[in-house]
This record gives sequence, C-alpha cells and structure tokens, in this order.
Amino acid sequence: MPVKGVKQAPIVVEKDSVTVRGIELKGQWNRMFEPRVIDDYDLTHLDRVAALSGGESIEFCYQCGKCVPVCPVDVVGNYGPRKIVRKLQLGVDLTEDADLWLCTTCMNCLRVCPKEVDMIKIMPAVREQAILDGKFVPPELQKTFENIARYGNPQGESPRKRADWAKEAGVPVPIMASVKRPVDVLLYVGSYPSYHPRGKDAARAMARVLTALGVDFAILGHEEKEDGDSVRLAGEKGLYETLADSTIKTLAKYRFNRIVVFGPHEYNAFKNVYPKFAAENGLAWDYAILHYTQFLAERLDQLTPLLKKPIEITTTFHDPCYLGRHNGEYDAPRRLLAAIPGVTLVEMGRSRENGYCCGGGGGGMWLDSFAGGHQKMRLSERRVQEAVEYGASLLSVCCPYEVSRFEDGVKSTGNDGKLIVRDIIEMIDEAMRAE
Amino acid sequence: MNIIVIVKHVPDLVEELEIAEDGKDLNRDFLKFVVNEFDDQALEQALLLKEKGGGTITAVALDAPEIDQTLFTCLAKGADKAVKIVGDLEGRVTSHAAAHMLADALKAMSHDLILTGVQSAEDLDGQVGPLLATYLGEPHVSVVTGVEARGQMVVVRQEYAGGVTGEFEVDLPAVLGIQAAPQPPRYAPISRVRATMKEKKLVEIQAAAADGAGLNVRQMVRPQVASHAEMIEGNTDTVVERIVGIMAERGLMNG
Ligand code: SF4
Ligand code: SF4
Repeated sequence: MPVKGVKQAPIVVEKDSVTVRGIELKGQWNRMFEPRVIDDYDLTHLDRVAALSGGESIEFCYQCGKCVPVCPVDVVGNYGPRKIVRKLQLGVDLTEDADLWLCTTCMNCLRVCPKEVDMIKIMPAVREQAILDGKFVPPELQKTFENIARYGNPQGESPRKRADWAKEAGVPVPIMASVKRPVDVLLYVGSYPSYHPRGKDAARAMARVLTALGVDFAILGHEEKEDGDSVRLAGEKGLYETLADSTIKTLAKYRFNRIVVFGPHEYNAFKNVYPKFAAENGLAWDYAILHYTQFLAERLDQLTPLLKKPIEITTTFHDPCYLGRHNGEYDAPRRLLAAIPGVTLVEMGRSRENGYCCGGGGGGMWLDSFAGGHQKMRLSERRVQEAVEYGASLLSVCCPYEVSRFEDGVKSTGNDGKLIVRDIIEMIDEAMRAE
Repeated sequence: MNIIVIVKHVPDLVEELEIAEDGKDLNRDFLKFVVNEFDDQALEQALLLKEKGGGTITAVALDAPEIDQTLFTCLAKGADKAVKIVGDLEGRVTSHAAAHMLADALKAMSHDLILTGVQSAEDLDGQVGPLLATYLGEPHVSVVTGVEARGQMVVVRQEYAGGVTGEFEVDLPAVLGIQAAPQPPRYAPISRVRATMKEKKLVEIQAAAADGAGLNVRQMVRPQVASHAEMIEGNTDTVVERIVGIMAERGLMNG
C-alpha cells in the first residue's frame, strides 16, 4: 500500500523465534507484517455516518466484498455496501451522492455479510440526515412525501375515495365504523390496492375470496392511511411517526381478532416496527398480524375444494423482500400456488433467501425515474427477464407494489404476450370461478 | 435584505368542487385547501435570496381555514417570522380587498422586498401584487422567474415567448410577482414542522376594514364538455387512414 504516493516495504514485526517452557518455537510459519496503512484518507464522511443512530455498523466493514454480487442494484449498475464504504473512505459525502437513494433495503447484503453491516439501518439514518440538512431529495420522492402527509396515500388521491374500489367488488365490503360490532378479521388494504387500478383488481379479488370462505371481515375505509414503513426507510422519520401514531389510534377504536394485511410492507411495519413505536409512546399495540397468504394457507382445507377451475399455466413466484428475507415467510405463497389446479411452479435462480428485489422497497417505489438514471435497467425489468429465462408464462406475486412494476417491466423489455403478471389472490379468485 | 412573502390558500382540486346554492361561489363547507403553488415559488425565491445575502423572511397570510399549518411550514422551511392577518374574512376575499388589508398591515412592517405568487389558481386574477405596489407606492414587476440582489436594487428576470429573457433593475423597496424560483420549492421534513409548531408562535394582526370593490362573480358554472376525444384503434394502416381522413375532413390537407 503506497503512502502519499510512495510504495512502502513491509515491516516485519514478529520475533524469529521464542522459547516457551524450554521449547523453541520458530516464527517463520506465521510471519506477520505490521498492519499497513489502509486509511491514509480523510475519514470525516465515514465517521459522520458511523456517528448517526443506526449508522454505527458502517465501520464494521472489512471490505470482503461478499455483499456486492448479491446486491440487486449491482446486477444492473455499480453498487453494494462494499463500494459505498469505499467511497466514504475516499471522501465522498453520502448525503450528497446519488448512491444514497438507490438502496432498496432488500437485505440481501446483510444476509451474507460476516460483519453484520446493516444497510437497513444505515441507509434510512443517512437519508434522514440528508433530508434534515436540506440536501437534495429526488423531486418524485419529495412529491410522494407531500402526498402522503396531506392525503395519507402516495398517489395524492382523495382520502375520501379510499374505499371506492369496494363498490365494484361484487360482494359487500363492510367498513369498521359502520359495522359497530367486533369482527374476526380487520383487512388492512393499503394504498396500492385502494387506489392503483391493478391494485384495485387484487383488492376486489380479496373481498370475493374472503366472502367465499365465510370470513367475518371489515376494512377501515377512509380512516385507513399509508402505514409509513417505506416512508421511514426512505428517510422521512417524522412523517412515519405521524402515520404510525394515527394508525395505532385508529385501530384502538375497534375490536377484532386479527389484522390481515395485503402488503409485506404493512406486515413488516405492524409486526416489527409499530410495537416498538407504541411502547415508546405509551400506546397499546398487541395484535395478531398475518399476511394474506399466511391467513389463507392456514385455511387450505376449506379453500382447496373451492378451487375448481384449473389454470393451466407455468408460473414462477417472486418472493417479496419484506415477506421473505425480512420476515422469513417463503412457504405460504407457494402452498397457495400449489393448491390451484393446473398451475406448475418453476423456481427462478434467485428465489427464496436469495430472491431478487423488484426495486420498490425502501422508497424505491417512488424513485423510479431517479434510479433509472443510474442503472442499466430497472430491477423490475431484470426480474421480468429472469422469469422469462426460466420459462414462466405467468409471474405470480403477493406484494401490491409488484403488479404494476412488473407489468411495466414486461412492456418495456418487449415481453408483452410472453409473460403476464398476477397477484396470487387474483389467481385464487379466478380458480374459484368454476363455470 | 428583509423580505415579506405573501401566501394564500386555494381549493384543493383533489376533492370534487361543488358550486354553492347562490351560484356565485364554491360550496366552501367541504373544500380542502392547499397553498397556492406560485406562493410556494415566491417563498423558495426568498429563501434563496436569504441564503445568499442574509436578511430575514416574514411570511404573511390572511386568515383562512388550515392556514396555520401552511405558515408553520413556511417557518420550518426557513422563514423567520409568520404573520396572520385576522378579522372578518369569511368566504371568498376579492383581490382588491386582500390588497387593501395586506397594504394596511405591511405599511407598518419595514421591508426591502415583497414577493407574491404571480397569481393564484383560484381566480387567475393576478392583481394582488400590482394593487399592493400601488397602495404602498412601490415599483412592481410581474411574472418574475429569478431575482438577484445587487446593492440597493434587485435585478429580476422575466421570460417571454420564444425563449427571450428580459432583465430589469428594480429600486427597493419593491413588490415582485413570482412565476417560478430558480429551483423547485424545497421539502419541509414533518419532524421540523412539528418542532416549529412547538417552538414558534404566529403573530396576529387585526385586519383593516375590507374594501368591497374588485372582481364580482355573477355566476359560476361547470365547464361544458364540448367534444369527446376519439380513440383510434386498429393496426397501423387503419390508424393512419383514419388520421388522414380526419385531417381531410377538417380541411387541414390539400387534395
Ligand atoms: S459483506 Fe459486509 S464486511 Fe464484506 S464488504 Fe460487504 S459490507 Fe463489508
Ligand atoms: S439492502 Fe439490498 S439494495 Fe441495499 S445495498 Fe444491500 S443488497 Fe444492495
């Protein structure tokens, strides 16, 4: 390692030999050099990240590089914790660098990192700092924050229209405020199933499937708001806290046995993040939380006989990062797919623990144009290609972020007609429609 | 430089607008409001001037539903003081009345520059700036897209059609109608807005008696749908044929 441009000869520090209890031990076999200078740099920016609450583990990195090949962003660009740490060592201010906004908090690096360098904590902490310091925030993300703060949804739609999807569900969708009695299942719909055209398809399918199973359920209607987990990971902690506070207080008004969520992000929020927030703020939060695939997988005995219409298709399944890696649930969605007659499941190379990321997590959902400018292709496009490479005609998903992302990806990669994208709930709904 | 930024609310178009029973105003019972986008630009311009040359920013608004939140957001973004003019301010306030009340309040506030949004989406009237300047006896430039401090004056930029830009030197104090700041309005983190609400207070000033003159609404009607778009379907040949057909029908083609 050169120091200030001059190559240094290694300095030998170990003894040639020592005598221990009369036995001479030769030193050559473990010759060790004096630690050489590897940080002959200004470490201000690295230190600043490490000083943040949540940023500490950045310093643990010993540059082994295990994280880079598994990073989904590196597959389509030039990324990964090792590279970010290196840039920090070389004096790049992460709060002003585009890299700050590219991590999707997919957690694949943490899975393999021997030193537990935790980007899931580091990135939100640095983003929060950047936002508080008034640094550049990609305009599309800023707009999303403003929409969520104002309307409770990223789309900037009227909060009063949150339950409008239910009108065309074909079955009654009770609203908590009007049922005025305890229910078994509180279905937390989420913003994409409530407002996105393709999300609404899935929401309606969900209402029909729950009804067919005779589940006593209700939704919050216009009282429901964005859960805030992706907002938190994108660095707007204050907004996340406002949302968590409001959701916790809204739910406290009602009685139900369990919360079933549509989205892995709500699942993560309610299961792992809200409990801590509630405890810190003297609020009650003690609910059974289930992702809808888990809720339905528990009822397969009842569900299977209803799935009469075969869907003859080869499908592959995309593990959502926040259901799989973050929460360890890989089987429930696969069990549901296996129960649908006619469906053949092929696994992609990057599946389960090593599942590829759709690019929507950690705020990525609201950074598509920005990220697109720093990558060869979108993560969703890379994933669509992989599904096609493995011979699937249907890409099945169970996260509301994904249907629209992958459908756009199918079009932009020229795979229109080769691959369709469906939420598992849509497939179940379809299989229930026996002629 | 001491800058005053005037902000106001306009109805939020996310909710459906309804016309009131008398047919002269919107039904204000169910309206939600947002800050006028041009006022947001004016505030951004003020913040940029302050960052460069120092000074203070005072945000001023006439009382309106939800206006406190907007004034606190101005403080969170970097304004030093926020003033709310209170009084008999129910319903729609005409630009003449607004300019009168603002002029009355601003007379007593020392300033070098007053920035307003160039107009508001509500009435597209654009008169508050010019009237305010007249009442205060200060020069006024409208449709401004950039302001730079230069000694005892400011140099302002106006954009015209065809990419032509004009530059004006304006003596201070002056009133400017801002069309756009040189960069998009910044984000105010929610935690900072919340902290601002705890730490700071809005200053309230009593409004002068409003002047009734100005724009009078005779009738409000929903826009009539004049014609529908035609979606042309089919393969390239059919689509091309149809487009050519339409152009011929409208006399847009020779032969
Ligand atoms: S795997 Fe961990 S220790 Fe190795 S380079 Fe990546 S972040 Fe550093
Ligand atoms: S969390 Fe995912 S996207 Fe972020 S650095 Fe790690 S592997 Fe890459």
